[in-house]
Amino acid sequence: MGAGPAGIEAAAALAASGCGVVVFEKNERPLSNITDKACLFPNFESADTVAAQLLAKLSHPNISLQCGHDVSCITSAGTDPAAGWRVDDESFDAVLLATGYTTFNAKRKEELGYGIYPGVHTSLELEQMIRNKEIRNSISNLPKRIVFLQCVGSRDEKTGNHYCSKLCCVTAVKQAIEVKKLLPSVEAYVFYMDLRMWGQHYEELYRTAQQEYGVKFVRGRISEAGGTFDGRVQIKAEDTLLGLPLRMTSDLLVLMVGMESSDGTRRLSTLCDICGDYGFAQSLDPHLRDNLTPRQGLFVAGACKRPMTLTDSVVDGRSAAFAILSAADNK
Amino acid sequence: MFDLFVLPFCIGVLALLVISVVKYWLWISKFDGRQRVVVLRNMLSWKFLPAVWEAVRESLLHWRITKHNVILGYMHRSLAFGWFLLIVVGAVQAILACPDGHPFYVAIFFNYFEPRSPKVVPFAQAPLYAALMDALLLYVLSGLFLAMFKKIWSKPLGMKKTTKHNLTDRVTKAALWSIFPLRLLAEGATSANYHNGGFLVSAVGDLFTAMGFENPVFEYQLWLFYSLALGIFFSLMPFSRYMHIFTEVFLIYFRNLGVTEGHKKTGYSMFEMSACSRCGICIDNCPINRELDISNIQGVYLLQTVRNKDLWHRAEAIANNCMVCGRCSEECPVGVDLATIRRQVRTESNRSVDNPHGYGYLAKVHPFNAIGRVAYFGGCMSRLTPGITEAMEKIFQAAGQPYWYVDKEQSICCGRPLLQQGFIRQADSLRRKNQEMFAQSGATLLVTSCPICYQSFVKEYNLNIPVMHHTEYIKSLIADGRIKVSKGAQSVTYHDPCELGRGCGIYEPPRTVLKSVATLLPIKEEAGKSLCCGFNLGNTTLGVEQQALIRNAALDNLLAPSPDVVATACPMCKKAFARADRAPVMDVAELVAKQLV
Ligand code: SF4
Ligand code: SF4
Ligand code: SF4
Repeated sequence: MGAGPAGIEAAAALAASGCGVVVFEKNERPLSNITDKACLFPNFESADTVAAQLLAKLSHPNISLQCGHDVSCITSAGTDPAAGWRVDDESFDAVLLATGYTTFNAKRKEELGYGIYPGVHTSLELEQMIRNKEIRNSISNLPKRIVFLQCVGSRDEKTGNHYCSKLCCVTAVKQAIEVKKLLPSVEAYVFYMDLRMWGQHYEELYRTAQQEYGVKFVRGRISEAGGTFDGRVQIKAEDTLLGLPLRMTSDLLVLMVGMESSDGTRRLSTLCDICGDYGFAQSLDPHLRDNLTPRQGLFVAGACKRPMTLTDSVVDGRSAAFAILSAADNK
Repeated sequence: MFDLFVLPFCIGVLALLVISVVKYWLWISKFDGRQRVVVLRNMLSWKFLPAVWEAVRESLLHWRITKHNVILGYMHRSLAFGWFLLIVVGAVQAILACPDGHPFYVAIFFNYFEPRSPKVVPFAQAPLYAALMDALLLYVLSGLFLAMFKKIWSKPLGMKKTTKHNLTDRVTKAALWSIFPLRLLAEGATSANYHNGGFLVSAVGDLFTAMGFENPVFEYQLWLFYSLALGIFFSLMPFSRYMHIFTEVFLIYFRNLGVTEGHKKTGYSMFEMSACSRCGICIDNCPINRELDISNIQGVYLLQTVRNKDLWHRAEAIANNCMVCGRCSEECPVGVDLATIRRQVRTESNRSVDNPHGYGYLAKVHPFNAIGRVAYFGGCMSRLTPGITEAMEKIFQAAGQPYWYVDKEQSICCGRPLLQQGFIRQADSLRRKNQEMFAQSGATLLVTSCPICYQSFVKEYNLNIPVMHHTEYIKSLIADGRIKVSKGAQSVTYHDPCELGRGCGIYEPPRTVLKSVATLLPIKEEAGKSLCCGFNLGNTTLGVEQQALIRNAALDNLLAPSPDVVATACPMCKKAFARADRAPVMDVAELVAKQLV
């Protein structure tokens, strides 16, 4: 289920081992969470290139891709747990849930003004501007200042999402650099709780952003955003390192929206009885059996389990394929 | 006309009288200055009349309980009103039967003395009175039967959870419950010996005879037990929940004179607390009970811990774990001012917390000039819901109304959140500053979007200009034709914010406005019975997950008729519902701004 990076990688690995694979994708096209990006962190590789390479893997003759197919029913094929599965009307030996994530709906944090003030955007919308190489403020002028806010809908008790989405920190750093590359004179600020530069080259990227591109990082949350008469955004925040409240006016406020379980993930994992915290699918254990579920023949991979980067999803898809093959061998 | 067995009863009555008088006197002497002035000023005014009517309605007929549940009302009424009539009719009967006068207890033990004392003479309507007294006794007994039934199964009487009583209350109740059956048996035994009494008593007497007790010798013991039960009940009464019977009458009187609770516990609070019958009606519909199954913090237990010094250590935790949503007060048949008593406890336990320098910034807030304009106060909460303030600005502009957005740049909280937590002095410093600024501003009207501020301005402030919640204001704009709106295709359900609805009684204006811009669907629990959104500032104890459960219950109620939009009139409720992400949530002002033509 799901033709994202995890699903595609798993399908390719299984097909290469001689299995017949059907990939169900509810959208009209695979990889919708990659093809909307410009470049990927940390190496600024073009998202389109990576997407094309992944897509190429689907052309294996053992793989049949069914786009626009929103699976409505997954059941075990019989009372015997080894009987296999039925998905809609087809029978399978194994099912892999790779239904991925969706982004947080920023309107749920009304104080940040998304949907109310034209200068407030989500990180996805900024990505689109970067992709089109056209960054404009709300009155279609070149922006002079742009403010990023981290952890929107993540690590937030009020919205009920206590977890860290893992990739918005480095995304903000990446986007700030891209903005500076396109508009060198723009002032870029990133408001953060703490910067989680956990992956390879992330820390270096953060350093580069400060040293080479002059991106300014402010530790503190933005408490509210308001509009100005000329369509800009006025923010109120606290610099928690200086211990001072601050106000700032900016052309753009970019909300780094976190990751949430997608509708498909919620629905299908509930259907299969493996829905865990926050609507993500739950594996058997996070260490050694992270692709297995309590139900025989049902496997999970990628960001349907928890926030995960592209890199991790691909690796996890491959590992799921291995788990499926070993389960088949044991049978 | 005397026998030793009447002594327990007489001693009980005397104890009750003395203790009650002392208690009431002590409480009245502890009224604060303001309360005393109100009592003295209105004591002999016409306000006496509604108090009498209310006392009859509530203390005897139990009207509000009947509205809660008919059977429960019947139970309380038969015990209270039935017993009251037994006393009154019994007294009349004794007067008619003893033309030469009689000691007061004869009315209580009439059937015992009637055949024995030569001073009791037959009178014309004697059989009628005997029948009447028996009918009344039957009436009381039917209530008693229901009370016993309720102990086993309370649901048919409209109650899921009932109060857990302490030992004194249980003993007193046992005494109370045995009074009437003992009376019936005693009178029955007398009837078996002397063939007096009405239809019920003589039936019991015949039964005794039929069972082989010719001239029962235990008659005397039964009268003694009856007297003992009365004596125990009366002497324990001042220390038990049954003190509410008399106290409620006093409370109703004082309340009708205009006495209200103050910031600190006074003698009047004692009246309120003792007027609570510990009926437990406040438990069932409290959202904290309904959704979180926490059933030890509601009014009945709050009052219990405040009344009883030994339980005071529990009072703080109980007082804090409440959203002050007012749902319990809406149901409380006695009308105890639970919110204020809760606040008194909070104040008491916050006494040591002080931050004398915390309000230095007040001096830096500048007065504003709004001469001839409407002052618009969004409130701190609306800072987090810019959709509402934007909508209001649009509406002011559409109406051509010059306005001044008071807290757009600089703002001072209205003080109510502090007040709710019992920080009286701190809230006062904010109130004083705001009041001074409003007075200087020259504004003609104050409109606020936040029901919390609204309640604060209306109840705590003394402003020289009218105050309106924006739903009232919008209603008047539409009525006066100053803005025109079109009716949209969408359907909405309306959530009554606690602070606006139960807090200030504003139920109709938002509904009128909504009906002019959308289709308003009815929901199961609304208006006075509306469910709290869970994120009310009143509670600082519940965790977000717990608040979310309370919110979800309110949302279930709102979403049952599948509306397109959930409408509300409070920024906090809006945020609470929006966070759940289950349906679009809009303020009344936003819906109006969208439908402006
Ligand atoms: S990755 Fe960074 S921005 Fe995203 S949730 Fe974690 S800490 Fe917040
Ligand atoms: S507070 Fe009111 S509802 Fe609650 S037990 Fe007392 S009288 Fe009954
Ligand atoms: S005010 Fe609300 S939360 Fe508090 S006890 Fe009453 S019903 Fe429960």
